[in-house]
Amino acid sequence: MNLSAHSLTVPGRLTDVSVTLRPGELTAICGPNGAGKTTLLRALAGLEPAPVKLGETALADLPPRRRAQEIGYLSQHAQPAWNLSAEALVRLGRLPHRTSRSEDEAAATAALAALDLAHLASRGIHTLSGGERARVLLARVLAGQPQWILADEPLASLDLAHAAALLRHFRQLADQGRGVVLVVHSLAHAMNHADRVIVLDNGRLAADGPPQVALSEEVIEHVWRVRAQWTGPATARALSL
Amino acid sequence: MTRPIALLLAALAIAIPLSLLAGQVWLNPFAPQAPNAITILAELRAPRAALALVIGAGLGGAGAAMQGYLRNPLADPGLFGVAPTAAFGAVLSLALGLGVLLPVAALLGAALAMAALALIAGNASGPNSTTLFALAGLMLASLSGALTSLVISLAPNPFALSEIVTWLMGSLESRSWHDVALAAPPTALGLTLLARAAPALDALTLGEETARSLGVDPVRLLSLMVLGTGLVVGAGVAAAGIIGFVGLVVPHLLRPCTDQRPSSLILPSALGGALLLLLADCLCRLLPLAGGELRIGIALSLIGAPFFLALLLQLRSELA
Repeated sequence: MNLSAHSLTVPGRLTDVSVTLRPGELTAICGPNGAGKTTLLRALAGLEPAPVKLGETALADLPPRRRAQEIGYLSQHAQPAWNLSAEALVRLGRLPHRTSRSEDEAAATAALAALDLAHLASRGIHTLSGGERARVLLARVLAGQPQWILADEPLASLDLAHAAALLRHFRQLADQGRGVVLVVHSLAHAMNHADRVIVLDNGRLAADGPPQVALSEEVIEHVWRVRAQWTGPATARALSL
Repeated sequence: MTRPIALLLAALAIAIPLSLLAGQVWLNPFAPQAPNAITILAELRAPRAALALVIGAGLGGAGAAMQGYLRNPLADPGLFGVAPTAAFGAVLSLALGLGVLLPVAALLGAALAMAALALIAGNASGPNSTTLFALAGLMLASLSGALTSLVISLAPNPFALSEIVTWLMGSLESRSWHDVALAAPPTALGLTLLARAAPALDALTLGEETARSLGVDPVRLLSLMVLGTGLVVGAGVAAAGIIGFVGLVVPHLLRPCTDQRPSSLILPSALGGALLLLLADCLCRLLPLAGGELRIGIALSLIGAPFFLALLLQLRSELA
């Protein structure tokens, strides 16, 4: 089922944005600071009072738990209040499902393993480094096995190796038919890994399409007001200023 | 059953019979009975112990839920302003010479506070709705504190004044089965509602936004919290006056023994609260004090305030 927003307007933050996202695609949302990327992602996750549809059903009409089974959302600012173990925290992702404890544990273990966190399962979340914690929080989303994965800057505090591994993992999820939507700051990540890029500028849709089109040098100059040039081969392009 | 729950149940199994034997008249179960032993046991100590268990369980459980809701280890059921408002209702009934209606007045006060909280914070669903809620509670607490002082200052006669002041201190002295019957059903109902909120409280560990993305309905959660704590705290105040710090201290002490999820803390905190209030009440009964026994509200505040300070200092060093 597609996830679509038609003429989305959130006063002061988004103006008339229409997008239709398809499962099986890895979509990147890019734009300068304050462009409305997080607001768009929140709206797509059903967290803003906005006209967003999953298939033909408005998100607002779905029971919250049903919506949570379909759409997993990773917030940029989640600070765990209590020092739960990584495993217990990841198991929170199972809350919308109300399945048996063994099923929940199996899903949590799989999510921890997928993000190379199995060795940290029993560690308290407050004792982990920033990057480890970010991966545990993402594993929490994966444990819910949602059809849609919406993540706000999931790569922000990761080192090079873990960022690359995570992008490969997102690619696998998209190839399995899930819809993956990421807010990313690195235009190179978007260019090399996304199937589609949505560029926002000052609350409006500035570009939407394959990365070569949506992140063309003209768009970058227009939106970021920076003259930049793509260099390197097609799958490993770098942006030089 | 987890280990802390088993240990607390074992401790209660030992403490309850002991509390029935301890007091100004010690009852020896192995020796010939003192005169009136059965009366002392059945009419004085058993209802008092039962009331301590009911109120302690309510305050402990509500404290754990409240800390989970506000995501803060310093939260206490008293923060919602329900206890001071219930106390105001009770004080008003005493000042008007309607002491018979005191429990009803206290429960009405609690209901009023809950309605006001739901009105003020009920529609809030933004990222700061719990903060708004806590601030509304503080406002209510301060307003009912002022109103209580006003009633005290206008007390019609010294007798009413002394009655009000003594009642405000909180006590389990001379309570009967009637008081237990009054407090137990709302407490049980309140704790059941709070237990139903437990999965949502777990989700709240990661903040309101993530909780909502996990399917938590903030309005339903708020209703469960307001009703649950209102019933528990209202019933406690109606039966025994204001008893503070149980809801703060017990969850905080027990949290390291659990897996730290708010849902796994509510039951142990209820058991721990029951145990703490039972033991504290026994101590109050045993301490020789001119002019009667030490009031349990005072005793717990005397223990609680330094504990609170230690907690603050620990938080300060963690933040440094």
